[in-house]
Amino acid sequence: MHELSVVASFVETVEGLVREHKAKSATAIWIKVGPLSGVVPELLESAFDMYRKGTVVENARLVVEKTPLKALCRACRAETERADYSPACPACGSTDLELTGGTDLILERVELETD
Amino acid sequence: MNKQIYVLRDILGTNQKVAAEIKAACEERGILVLNLMSSPGAGKTTLLEKLADRLKGSHPMAVIEGDIETERDAERIRAKGVPAWQITTGGACHLEAKMIARVLPEVSPEIDFLFIENVGNLVCPASYDLGERLRIVLLSSPEGDDKPKKYPKAFLTAQVLIITKSDLLPYLPFDVERAKKEALELNPGLRVFVVSALTGEGLDELTAFLLASREALRAGYA
Repeated sequence: MHELSVVASFVETVEGLVREHKAKSATAIWIKVGPLSGVVPELLESAFDMYRKGTVVENARLVVEKTPLKALCRACRAETERADYSPACPACGSTDLELTGGTDLILERVELETD
Repeated sequence: MNKQIYVLRDILGTNQKVAAEIKAACEERGILVLNLMSSPGAGKTTLLEKLADRLKGSHPMAVIEGDIETERDAERIRAKGVPAWQITTGGACHLEAKMIARVLPEVSPEIDFLFIENVGNLVCPASYDLGERLRIVLLSSPEGDDKPKKYPKAFLTAQVLIITKSDLLPYLPFDVERAKKEALELNPGLRVFVVSALTGEGLDELTAFLLASREALRAGYA
């Protein structure tokens, strides 16, 4: 379970933003997670709950958006989306695929409480 | 008053930045960095011991070991006359680039190969670039031939697959062709080696590949 280290990483960025904008705290955090990011959204939420106390994100809402996996078929050039990795192109059945999306682990936006 | 800020930043971006610095620093010196990943007990340390026997005389190498606790793996490598650093993560299931960056100043710039033995685990290590040129995933025959699709990220992000403990194949229902097929369906570019550290099977091919990879790296900077 490396979700805690992922949380530590984005909370550090949020702390920087709070300082930069002279805000009091962060009230919401939006994150995008792909199926091949290596991060389980539920575990990310648990890790966030463990980590938040005493930080500027203590009262923040964490919104995790799951992004789809995308693959480009080198045979028929179709780009398809699915929930999980499957090794064949749903359009033509070829296994010669190039992963074009799904590894995302992105801090998308943050809501800050300012004076 | 609340305000929203669009950040759009890769959460592991700091790791990737440090990894890129490690990669540049090592490759400028002609050092081939390899990141070894597998389940615990797949034979990473034993393979490194055998590679040390073959490489260290002509091609100086060093090893960075990652484990939750103990100095055991580093001691085994040092016993082969190869410099080794142990990183104990104290619970973390993977190595991160900044852990490598902390050790790197102690590593001689005169080496040809820097092996990083990641924490034994097929899940978390796959998410962290350590600045390696080659990511090697090991799959031992006792683990079963069905692992590539169960742990796709490790196999998707690697360039090399080593099927280890091939000396046990006569006693196990492990189908090498099935494991290869599963892995290549995920990642058609994967180079596959079948190796036994015990009998030496496949070690010549693997060593030749590593030497050729190091030559290719050096030629790129010559």
